Amino acid sequence: MRNRTFAALAFLVAIAVIAASRFVSNDYFFSAAYTVLQFIILATAWNILGGYTGYVNFGSAAFFAVGAYTTVFLYKAAQPPLPVMIAAGTVVAGLLGLMVGYLTLRMRGVFFAIATLALAVVLYTFVLNWDYVGGARGAYILQPRLVPFGLPRYVHLLYAAMVLMAVLALVVARAIETSFIGRGLAAIRDDEVAAECAGVPTLRLKLFSATVSGALMGMAGTTFPYYLSYVEPSAAFNLSYAVNSIAMPLIGGMTSWLGPLIGAVLLGSVQQVVQVTVSSAWNLLIVGVLLVAFVTLAPNGIMGWIDAWRHRRRRGP
Amino acid sequence: MEFPTALVLNAIVAGLLLGGFYAAVSVGISISFGMLDVVNIAHPAFIILGSYVAYSFNDRMGVDPIVVSIVLSPLFFAFGLLLYRIYYQCFEKRGQESLRGLAFFFGILFITEVVLVLVFGVDYRLVGTAYSSTTLHLGAVDFPLRLAVPFVVAVTMVVCVQLYLSRTFFGRAVLAVAQDQLALRLMGVNPIRVKEFAFALSIATAGVAGALLIVIQPVQPAIGREYIGLVFAVCVLGGMGSIWGTLLGALILGLAESFTSTFFGPSWAPAVSFGILLAALAFKPSGLLGR
Amino acid sequence: MAAPPEERPVSDALLRAAGVTKRFGGFTALDRVDLSVAPGERLGLIGPNGSGKSTLVNCLSGTLRNEEGSIHFGGHDLAGQPPHRRVRLGLARSFQIPKPFASMTVLDNLRVPLQYAARLHERLPPAHIVDEAMRVLRQVGLSNKAHAMSGGLTQVDMRKLELARAVATKPTLLISDEAMAGLSASETDDILALLLELKEQRVAVIMIEHVMRAVMKFSDRIVVLVAGRKIADGDPQTVVNNAEVVTAYLGQ
Repeated sequence: MRNRTFAALAFLVAIAVIAASRFVSNDYFFSAAYTVLQFIILATAWNILGGYTGYVNFGSAAFFAVGAYTTVFLYKAAQPPLPVMIAAGTVVAGLLGLMVGYLTLRMRGVFFAIATLALAVVLYTFVLNWDYVGGARGAYILQPRLVPFGLPRYVHLLYAAMVLMAVLALVVARAIETSFIGRGLAAIRDDEVAAECAGVPTLRLKLFSATVSGALMGMAGTTFPYYLSYVEPSAAFNLSYAVNSIAMPLIGGMTSWLGPLIGAVLLGSVQQVVQVTVSSAWNLLIVGVLLVAFVTLAPNGIMGWIDAWRHRRRRGP
Repeated sequence: MEFPTALVLNAIVAGLLLGGFYAAVSVGISISFGMLDVVNIAHPAFIILGSYVAYSFNDRMGVDPIVVSIVLSPLFFAFGLLLYRIYYQCFEKRGQESLRGLAFFFGILFITEVVLVLVFGVDYRLVGTAYSSTTLHLGAVDFPLRLAVPFVVAVTMVVCVQLYLSRTFFGRAVLAVAQDQLALRLMGVNPIRVKEFAFALSIATAGVAGALLIVIQPVQPAIGREYIGLVFAVCVLGGMGSIWGTLLGALILGLAESFTSTFFGPSWAPAVSFGILLAALAFKPSGLLGR
Repeated sequence: MAAPPEERPVSDALLRAAGVTKRFGGFTALDRVDLSVAPGERLGLIGPNGSGKSTLVNCLSGTLRNEEGSIHFGGHDLAGQPPHRRVRLGLARSFQIPKPFASMTVLDNLRVPLQYAARLHERLPPAHIVDEAMRVLRQVGLSNKAHAMSGGLTQVDMRKLELARAVATKPTLLISDEAMAGLSASETDDILALLLELKEQRVAVIMIEHVMRAVMKFSDRIVVLVAGRKIADGDPQTVVNNAEVVTAYLGQ
């Protein structure tokens, strides 16, 4: 299926999903759906640099928080319309990805991974000390009273925005995956030295991948302040984002755009249940255990199982 | 304006004492990452685990935490053996070290932290020792024992590790295994056993370092992540796989943090290690004493 | 015997490496090595293990940076150029230990160099890439394995894929790094035939091998490296009978 067709179809599905949600009156649905959509974007974004290119980013929370805090900053400064804030957060996070990539992607993937981990800690410290956006005390964001498009509640708008962003992330991921850029990234992932010697401009492609990945992760965070109405650093930099954006693609399957989607929907839903019935600490433990279990026993994830099953069927008895 | 001599001297002393401790924290990574090429980013979590183990014994039985950690180091050693075996079977053998190995250790880091939260909660834990509140004074300079005692233990441990690696047969096998596994095999030494042993040693040092940590400052499960930048900064700065380099790098880092803390405030400390790590990677990735 | 490098007209040389020196800490892996290759020439590069052959290849391809010396290729100074630029200029290499893109099929392995290297200096239209890939696969004898996963190939097929990938970059100089190591006699002949064919396409080849009968059959000229230094450079018969070469390498 060509990417243009896929994009059109996906957009139609998005519209349908948004329209259908008008009939849902249960508030919990929007809360759960918002979180799962957030994870779909994060997991898909992470996978562009992680699964496609082979570079692990441990600091997803940093990029997510950058998106969120750009919104907070703009809210305090000028209160532009939501799409502007989304675009701004995406661009800033993308620049951060480019910058970190430029500093660390010339070295082994290990150093990039460590740098992202350290980055999250440093940015957290920075935001904690930045009073303009609330610092440790946090910031209050008031949802506008007048909801555009005649939607009943503001959370419906946020939900719609998230659906559209999720679709955008999936379309971008699929476009990259199926293009010649995607093949170049896969070559880098499989053997970077061989890729260089086959003519692949590895540094340029890695920077591209890091920028797009960072930008989309930031995009996931841009509506967060409006959703919660109150943002403080430990919420934006929550470890759950870091571990989930790795666990979901890993469990779903890292070589295709479908993997992170499957992982996010499955794992996200499980977490919603556990969080409500047990506790958030147990929830994180389960995610951690699943991560380790899958990476040791089923490294190709659920998509890997599906592929293997299809392969066996094709070969016949 | 009068030169703040006392302030500077104290910053230097605090920095050096802290640096010694950082060396103990990082020597494990110097071995596992610098020599064995295993990216054990869960190392700081094991340090925190060591802190809590020492805390538990101190809380229940009033035993000195550092003594506890040394007595219990064989346990940490055994745990390291087990962990390496799993890592080797699932990743190194299959040639999947890079991405999957990283994710594996990240998962372990995460699980360790969450389990500690479940068992101990998120409150800070502190340990009281006989010397915690004593401070020696040499003129204008203060030597708080809660920094000085861990410093002495830390440096002793690092020196012992270095002596072991450079003087004993098995120790030198560890130094050799990174460079030439085939030669080791031809000498009748199984490289896997050597790597296993070295990794276990690195975890044992983590256990002791944890006890030192909780003597120096209060501990809570999330602190581990703050140390990741630090340990890798020290390891890269000092030159991967060089123990003396680790000591030197740690002292430098300790001084940098101490000065930053004294003149700019303590909350900027994590930024210092990150900045040094980036600078080291950008300008001299082989480190100060590296090969 | 061919004229010594300084006397040969500069414009003749496709590759001109002069004074290439590479050190690893205190160890000098390459010591002021001069090497030149004419267009379409077949050069054999031999020497004991550890003499610096692979290091030289790495410096030529750009995977390693030489501390001293200059490398000119097709009139361009390669100093500071990353490997992918050198490939696009026409300097290709294969790897001694095959490095396939294991997540891709054999065919897709070739699409990478065709898309990223060949297309840019040969102006290959994107629609023709698959056809071109199949053509190269036929040339190396792997066309029946086009859709097999590259990770599961036999040793000799992996070597062929390595060479195919290098050929697919449409080079003017191809460096073959011990492609025949450990292969049977008939497999060695397969690879040799492949390399000989490249002359038809006016591709110069540097063949690094230990299999002397292949080197003798193949080379217009032989260069001998021992302990990082070039000790002989010239006509095969003369080099092979050179006393120093015999002691250092062939006598073993």
